[in-house]
Amino acid sequence: MSVIQVQNLNKSYNNLQALTEISFELYKGEIFGIIGPDGAGKSTLFNILATLLAPNSGYVSILGMDLNKDYKKIRKEIGYLPGTFSLYPDLTVLENLKFFAAMYQSGIKENLAMIMPIWRQLIPFKNRLAGKLSGGMKQKLALCCALVHKPHILLLDEPTTGVDPVSRREFWELLAQIKSYGISVLVSTPYMDEVTRCDRIALLEKGRFIVIDTPSQIIKDYEGKLYALKTDELFHLLELLDQYGENCSFYPYGEYLHISFYQDVGQAVDRFKNFLNQNQISYNSFQEITPILEDCFIELIKKSRDVYH
Amino acid sequence: MYTIEVQNLTKRFGSFTAVNNISFQVKKGEIFGFLGANGAGKTTAMKMMCGLLLPTSGSARIAGYDLKSESKQIKKEIGYMSQRFSLYDDLTIKENMMLFGTIYKVPKQELNERIEGHLTELNLMNHKDQLVSSIPLGWKQKLAFSTALLHRPKIVFLDEPTSGVDPIVRREFWSLIYKAAAQGVTIFITTHYMDEASYCERISIMAEGDLKLIGTPTDLKIRMGVNTIEELFTHFVNR
Ligand SMILES: Nc1ncnc2c1ncn2[C@@H]1O[C@H](COP(=O)(O)OP(=O)(O)OP(=O)(O)O)[C@@H](O)[C@H]1O
Ligand SMILES: [Mg+2]
Repeated sequence: MSVIQVQNLNKSYNNLQALTEISFELYKGEIFGIIGPDGAGKSTLFNILATLLAPNSGYVSILGMDLNKDYKKIRKEIGYLPGTFSLYPDLTVLENLKFFAAMYQSGIKENLAMIMPIWRQLIPFKNRLAGKLSGGMKQKLALCCALVHKPHILLLDEPTTGVDPVSRREFWELLAQIKSYGISVLVSTPYMDEVTRCDRIALLEKGRFIVIDTPSQIIKDYEGKLYALKTDELFHLLELLDQYGENCSFYPYGEYLHISFYQDVGQAVDRFKNFLNQNQISYNSFQEITPILEDCFIELIKKSRDVYH
Repeated sequence: MYTIEVQNLTKRFGSFTAVNNISFQVKKGEIFGFLGANGAGKTTAMKMMCGLLLPTSGSARIAGYDLKSESKQIKKEIGYMSQRFSLYDDLTIKENMMLFGTIYKVPKQELNERIEGHLTELNLMNHKDQLVSSIPLGWKQKLAFSTALLHRPKIVFLDEPTSGVDPIVRREFWSLIYKAAAQGVTIFITTHYMDEASYCERISIMAEGDLKLIGTPTDLKIRMGVNTIEELFTHFVNR
């Protein structure tokens, strides 16, 4: 059963085409991730689904209601965390939470258990003005506010941006719990390690979905052969590689350089090793690895732009 | 030679201690990663080092100047990219750069040349008259970084410059950082991306106001017996 249906959605601002022929469904109890480069149109899509922005054409139904006609009813059923802050800086942490609960005619007591894993971290600061929280703490509070009325559908536009890695893990555990209540979640994130935890992912590039699939299928569909090189001269090597004319793509990944080869991999690898030797780059290890979603994302975006490095 | 020397720096808000007696040094041209959980005190510490917030106690020398008595000179020698807002949305790309350059009194001719240089480097020459509000976040962040370099500061303080930026542009941002550092600019940066921590020469980890640990990523992993920076980080977050 689907709780959101989107068909051939288009949106343009003046001359700029922000979304083109977007179609997808969000199933009940599903966590659906939207990823895409900056400016791809993620927030436009969220604003439309949250009934804050009208599309130019296309059909959207949310919980069986038509977006154009029933937007007032729809608003009551969704929880929306916009990409930019929506808190009241002059209210305290607790007052903000109470305000959002009241807005949806919901008490905070009933649903506190659900948001506790995140709310717990804010309790010591509950009487502090929201404007005086650190960046990541504000984000956590905004998240609690979007969740506090236990909506049927959650629209989360970059809920974890600026949130530290430990809290991000806790947040995704919370999402898994929320899912078990039958709540459906549409979420965008710039952290590729997080999308692994989605049931399905859509990759938005220049206003179009270029892939919609499960994380494991996206990894299976990775086209090149991926290698990881460990060297202490990473950024120096990157500069040298600007002149490397071969058909491969490369980028730093933490302590490693990731390199994807496409054809005649055995020979391409040998040529690459020669290149390292010629330039006297010493390395600790160089081996084939299984791609993770960040590699897939980089590859898909590069491919859709049809330019390699 | 150290460009940042922090001694027992402390900040209290009422009875709450946001930064607790921290001390450390950063070398010229070093890329220093300032890590810690949300609310650990990173932004507060950074604001003090930039002369934007008065310390409750402690002292610092920034770019050779004393934080208390020479804060005017310090402001000329540093660039600062704040968490989230660092450019004016309703000005164009070029206007933003002109504005910041003028604030720092970069001579007109020189300023025009530098702006052109940066915009060419960023591939933004054709977009220079576009409003900043209309450009994607990643571009904004790269632009804000270049803008912070316009007056050729000795140190730049970057507070989560890549938060929310996509994986491709994040890497482009780091190339810009490396270029600046290679020219001798000291980079003091916060991030919540653990892969970026390993691009830093040294990192520190703050927790609840305390500076817990400082060293190269490799040494710290060995010292704490962990395999990844993420494990290292998790170790210092109390739950
Ligand atoms: N003006 C203020 N009044 C009261 N408390 C404040 C004020 N400014 C900051 N704090 C508190 O100081 C602590 C440290 O905040 P800071 O912004 O330095 O954290 P941070 O390490 O930058 O976190 P983040 O990663 O979330 O950006 C937080 O508990 C914050 O709420
Ligand atoms: Mg901060």
